[in-house]
Amino acid sequence: MTKGYTIGQLTEAKACCEPIAHLSVRDLSVKYQQKTVLENVDLDIYKGCITALIGPSGCGKTSFLSALNRLIDMTNGASVSGQVWFDDKDMLDRQTDLLNLRRRIGMIFQKPNPFPLSIYRNLALPLHEIGVKDKQLIHQKIETVLKDVGLWEEVHHQLDMTATKLSGGQQQRLCIARALVLEPEILLMDEPCSALDPISSAIVEDLIVSLCGRYTVVIVTHNLAQAKRVANYAAFFWMQERVGKLIEFGHSQRLFEQPRNPLTAAFVNGRKG
Amino acid sequence: MAERLFQLSIWLVALLVLLILLWLVQGLLDQGLAKLSFEFLFSHPQNAGRDGGILSILVATLLILAVTLVVALPLGLASAVWLAEFTTTNNVWARKVRLALDVMAGVPSIVFGLFGYAFFSIFMGMGFSILSGGLTLACMILPVFIRTCEIGLRDANDSWRQGAAALGMPKIKAVWYILLPAALPAISAGLILGIGRSTAETAALIFTSGYVDRMPESLMDSGRALSVHIYDLSMNVTGGDAAAQASALILLMVIILLNMLAFAVTDLWLGRSVIND
Repeated sequence: MTKGYTIGQLTEAKACCEPIAHLSVRDLSVKYQQKTVLENVDLDIYKGCITALIGPSGCGKTSFLSALNRLIDMTNGASVSGQVWFDDKDMLDRQTDLLNLRRRIGMIFQKPNPFPLSIYRNLALPLHEIGVKDKQLIHQKIETVLKDVGLWEEVHHQLDMTATKLSGGQQQRLCIARALVLEPEILLMDEPCSALDPISSAIVEDLIVSLCGRYTVVIVTHNLAQAKRVANYAAFFWMQERVGKLIEFGHSQRLFEQPRNPLTAAFVNGRKG
Repeated sequence: MAERLFQLSIWLVALLVLLILLWLVQGLLDQGLAKLSFEFLFSHPQNAGRDGGILSILVATLLILAVTLVVALPLGLASAVWLAEFTTTNNVWARKVRLALDVMAGVPSIVFGLFGYAFFSIFMGMGFSILSGGLTLACMILPVFIRTCEIGLRDANDSWRQGAAALGMPKIKAVWYILLPAALPAISAGLILGIGRSTAETAALIFTSGYVDRMPESLMDSGRALSVHIYDLSMNVTGGDAAAQASALILLMVIILLNMLAFAVTDLWLGRSVIND
């Protein structure tokens, strides 16, 4: 059961976070048509850690995130250059098996996007696609992930209910469960709490904190307080000459309390952005 | 005051439409009802349709419709999926196809009839046959069906496409398991529209499936569709009015039944995708 998890299942593994690069981003630039939105980003995403990407809107955080699972390929006119090293392979390479890559690097979106199917089928469908056919195993995996995200108690008696009838926060947790059911190593989260009410947001935030150590998490957030609370590391993006750049990266606490770059200082203290 | 007047006029217009419809049905019932019986449904037409029933005609109608749907459904869905999911909105070919479809949707059915006669009956050597008629009807309903399905698919939430891709699902699987079920209301609307047009069609069938009123023995036999039968009885057969109206009543019922069936089938399909497996 623990196979595929970075360190282990939520219920048993202990939290840890080591500065070992899980993803190494080198010289990454993103263009839409002719317009460069992100330039020359070098960044290591550490294994088992939660890395928060902060910065004002439009500075390329989301583009950066969706370059990491190549979902940006779906956007018309987007082109990415540079390298992203994952398992000693540059996954920006043309030859990369995208389906496999995206099964290893899951993604959570800003707006919860459960499929208009039953709760059960939302989770069974991705499993079915990777070839898990044994019904008992499917059921067991579904129970595990629903417990991991704290939804089991709430929904176990109505698994055949349409998922879109759940509340926003429940939907987002279901989406996280759906990503976890494939046992990915890395989770990319694009402002996962911004479409939720404060209480649901707090629940999802706690869930994200509990992922620390078991999965490598990269989270884009506009909520600096949230970034401070959940992240081990933080990366600050800023627009320079209308192009997004990575300004500063470091331990989250250090970056928030003793920013080295004056831009970072201005941003985290609320004077800019 | 203006609000109430507006409401009143809307109600009146709706009532008027309903009245016209009832008037039509009443006209059919007037002479048709007396002729309508179990016997009428299950015996063959005699004396050019004045006497006897419409069994062979009912069979021919359903056979033609079956051919139409068997051809139009997969072809239409595949085209819609290609247009909506596998081409960008600005793709040159997709734009040409879309334009062609929109033009074809406005072509009068008699033109489809002539095309079907020239292409299926003569060129392909199918002669006057149920197959030729069914294929002609398929050509006729495809444009509207494809465009309705395409719009239904495009309306499906983009976040589902992204969600499926982020889970490493191949595109075609996302289409099959998520987007097509989501577009089902549009698909069934297109289907019902197509069925309605096919069952009511006369002009496209006269030259293709013909008007032989014998029981068809194969798809290569000529067969007379209900609408052609009604046309023939009321235009060419003196004293055939009662039979024509009874047939029209049956046609009305067939269309209602088929619509209900289409709803039931799509519901079943939607159920399949929602219920646990």
